[in-house]
Formats: sequence, structure tokens, C-alpha cells
Amino acid sequence: MEAKGRVFKYGDNVDTDVIIPARYLNVPDAKELAKHCMEDIDVDFVKNVKEGDIIVADKNFGCGSSREHAPLSIKASGVSCVIAETFARIFYRNAINIGLPIIECPEAAKGIEAGDIVKVDFDSGMIYNETKGTQFKGQAFPEFMQKIIKAEGLINYINNK
Amino acid sequence: MGMTMTQKILAAHAGLPEVKAGQLIEADLDLVLGNDVTAPVAIGEMKKMNVDCVFCKDKIALVPDHFTPNKDIKSAELYKCVKDFAKENEITNYFETGRVGIEHALLPEKGLVVAGDVVIGADSHTCTYGALGAFSTGVGSTDMAAGMATGKAWFKVPSAIRFNLTGKPAKWVSGKDVILHIIGMIGVDGALYRSMEFVGDGIQYLSMDDRFAMTNMAIEAGGKNGIFPVDDLAIEYMKEHSTKEFTVYEADEDAEYDEEYTIDLSALRPTVAFPHLPENTKTIDEVGEVVIDQVVIGSCTNGRIDDMRIAAKVLEGRKVKDGVRCIVFPATQAIYLQSIEEGLIQTFIKAGCAVSTPTCGPCLGGHMGILAKGERAVATTNRNFVGRMGDPESEVYLSSPAVAAASAVTGKISGPEELGL
Repeated sequence: MEAKGRVFKYGDNVDTDVIIPARYLNVPDAKELAKHCMEDIDVDFVKNVKEGDIIVADKNFGCGSSREHAPLSIKASGVSCVIAETFARIFYRNAINIGLPIIECPEAAKGIEAGDIVKVDFDSGMIYNETKGTQFKGQAFPEFMQKIIKAEGLINYINNK
Repeated sequence: MGMTMTQKILAAHAGLPEVKAGQLIEADLDLVLGNDVTAPVAIGEMKKMNVDCVFCKDKIALVPDHFTPNKDIKSAELYKCVKDFAKENEITNYFETGRVGIEHALLPEKGLVVAGDVVIGADSHTCTYGALGAFSTGVGSTDMAAGMATGKAWFKVPSAIRFNLTGKPAKWVSGKDVILHIIGMIGVDGALYRSMEFVGDGIQYLSMDDRFAMTNMAIEAGGKNGIFPVDDLAIEYMKEHSTKEFTVYEADEDAEYDEEYTIDLSALRPTVAFPHLPENTKTIDEVGEVVIDQVVIGSCTNGRIDDMRIAAKVLEGRKVKDGVRCIVFPATQAIYLQSIEEGLIQTFIKAGCAVSTPTCGPCLGGHMGILAKGERAVATTNRNFVGRMGDPESEVYLSSPAVAAASAVTGKISGPEELGL
């Protein structure tokens, strides 16, 4: 399993209120939510994002509210992977549970810029910056989480058990 | 090697003699919580599962508190989704508008959480119940769905940071000031993935409402949970509010902590978090001249009776400054009623405040107090992210009820001392 796309780059502490503002939470539908994804920090994101694109951010990505609407809106906007130096814990859990691939890698967060073309190999945890010709080793998931991701989320994992 | 309080609670609920930091476990749940924003997503997920009913109708709490009383048609649909599910599954602890309160004030008040419990809630401030010596943590809607169906959740056992609190806080320094000080010190990811354990002689000077405000904001430091030891005050609270049996877990003497801090509460000053992160803290002496448009007193952090009393003490015989809106919302109906009986609501209304039925509304920019572009609010809430209370170009300053009330009177960020109190 791998992801490849153009990078949207953000800084520290991207919170769930800017990923999807509460004023849109009166609708639970992921596609509707995706229309407003990131709009309070990047009004152009929704206009420019394409299927397969990748978000790269610095530390504590997804801090704040437990709203699963945040990873759902990112996934529904077409993003194939989020790479960050660190993730806030509820976002990390939610992303795994809904099957949005995420990967922690401080070196990649530093070595990738907006617009770079990046490829991620989830089996090996390798991240390739094709624009710059560099590569990084991201942190692989523990086996238990890999099982949830392979089942494409917690609900399927439990149903299959 | 010894275990922390949190690790002991998790071990007991996983049926294990001991657990270690980093270990993945599956734990039995004593309560699963959701609200009108998160529960509808969870209900949708649960319908995809091969189950016919919830694991236990008494161990689920459905608290529609965010966009209620329903703010628009779409919110009314969310509410109805929760209501229909509660009826279908005969959920014991479903709370209708008029009986509902803000979830993290309501559940302890109704005695639904006690010491030693493991609780997950699809709301990040679920960590509040650590004030009672429970392990509680926020999760997303899918975890809530799985929890409702199976009564279990997976956890990575957290390591911990110990905060040794000493000394007695000064007159206008509350639990909110202590936690804002701590977040300012360690940052919004200072406790990432970890427990925050609050111990020491100083906790005897913190009321239950002070402690609820502190554990409530553990998430604002990235923490998995915040927790207090169970002392006489906590036992008294639980006996008053609950008939559930509780279990007291104590940290082992040789429990291991990643970090330890000692904080002298007597040295703390009223503290304010500036936009747009809870870690941007300044003491009241450092705030300078910040003119405001709105004050919000309430929320799951500071909408309890102590908070109402403190705000009323500051507003008694005073007026909200011309051009400033002050909105007070007691966190539960019981707190609202008690505030009426104690004459606090009269004080608020005479001072020129709007008083609202319990709701999360303004805290998350839902309704009942939204900010326009360029407006500033002082709020006793828990987050001051970009756009949190309204327009992306508005600003939220987080404070205690005492500072919020004093600021309402002066029209700028002020401590009660500025009013000669």
C-alpha cells in the first residue's frame, strides 16, 4: 500500500477547529464537511486539493476537539496521507479508526516543502521526496494498529474478529 | 516496578495484575458518552456493525448539549437522531432539553462517574472525571460506536507526569489559574499521550470545582487524562451525588514518572491565555490594555456553582461596562436553580448580563454568543484557537470566572483587585 501526491504544508498545532470549524458540524456527512476543510487557515486548500495529495505538518497535528469530522473531512477531500512530526492523541486514534493513513516522522516534516511530490510506502514506513530526491524513515505502526488499518478501520476489524 | 494511579485503574479493567507504559490493552468500560455532534456519527458507525443492541443500556450516556436548544434545522436533525437511538435502545441516561446540562458537569453531578471507573467519551473534555479519581479520556465517534457495541476499548497504557502542588493559593487564584499556569509552562503538547497526575499538600485547598476545571483542561496540554488522588473531599462529593460503589486506587511509591514538577500555589497570580493557544499565558500583571467586546462565563470548565458564586461576588452591585456583552451560562439545570436560590442570577441580571440555559454554544462558536470579525472576548472556556468563538479574525482570551467578571465591569482584561476587591 502506498500514497503519492503533491504536498500541502502546515506548521505546529494545527487544531481540529481549523481543520473543520464547529459552525459546519451540524452536518455529519464527510463529503459536505470536506467542502470546508482547513478553510480557517488555508482558504485555497479546498480549491487546490486533488485526489492523492498529502498533508505535511510540524508538531501536534490535530490538537483540540475529539471531532472525528476532522480526519473524515481530510479523507473525503482526497488526501491520501498525513505526515507530521507528532499527532495529538485523539486525532491519531480517530485517523486509524476511520482508515486515514498517518505517519509520524520529524525529519520528513522538516525536509518536505509545500508543492513537493512525495511518495509514502506504508509497509516499510519509507517516505520519498521525489522533488528533492531525499528519503526518510517514518515510524511504523505497532502490529495491532496495522491490523485495524488493514481492515480499513475499527468497525471492520471488530466485525471480522 | 510500581504503577501510577492511571496504570492501576487500567490494569484492573484489563484483568491484568500489572501494566507498563506503552503496552496495548483492551479494557472494560464503565461508561460511554456522546453528545449531539459526535453521537450521530457514532450511531451511523454502530449500524455498520454486526450487533443488534448496545452492550449495556445503563452504561451509555447521551447528552445533547452542543447545539442545543436546537439552533437550526440541521442541528434539530442531529438531536432527533440521538433521541430516536436512545428510545430504540432504551438508554437510561439520555437527557432531554430542560433536563440536560453540559456533559462534563452533568455526569459527576448525576453520580454517573465515580473513583476507579474507566470512561470514554466522544468529546475531548471527557478527561474531566479524573478529578474524582477515575480514568476518563476523550475519543472519536468510531471508538464510541465500538464502545457502545462491545463495552470495551483499546488503549496504549500512558506514562505520566507528576505535578506536586504545594502551598495555598491567594484569594482570587482558582483551579483555572493553576491549569493555565501549567499549560503555559509545559505547552499545548507538553503532556502528549501521557497522564497528568496532580498530587501534594496543596490539593487540600482546591475545591472539587477547582479540580474539575484542572482535569478538564488536561487535553489542552495534549494529555490523555488528568487525575487527582481520592481524598475526603472527593469521597464526600461522591457520597452526596452517587449510589455507585467506588474504588480508590493509589499510585505506588515506586511508580515511575517521565517528569516531575513542583508548583507553589501561593506564588501563582490570576492567569490569562492569549490568542490563539492555551499555552500563550500571561499573569494578570502582564496583560496590558486589552479592550474587549464580550465576556462568557460558563462551560464544562467553569460553569459550576463555585464559578457562579465567584462571578457574582465580583459583579455584585456593579454594572457591565457600556458596549460590552456579558453572557453567563450555568452548566446544569441544578446549578442554574441553585444560582437562582442563592440570588446569583439576580446579581447577574441587575449587572446587565444575559443568562442562558445550559449549552456548549458559545464555547465552540456554535450559537448563543458568536464573535464578529475583529471582536475580542474574555471567556472562562477552554480553547482560544483561531475562529473558536466565531469569525476567524476574532480573538478569545481564557481566564478564571473572577477575571472574566472583573473584565466585564471594566471593559478590558482586569483582575478583581482592580475593582478594589
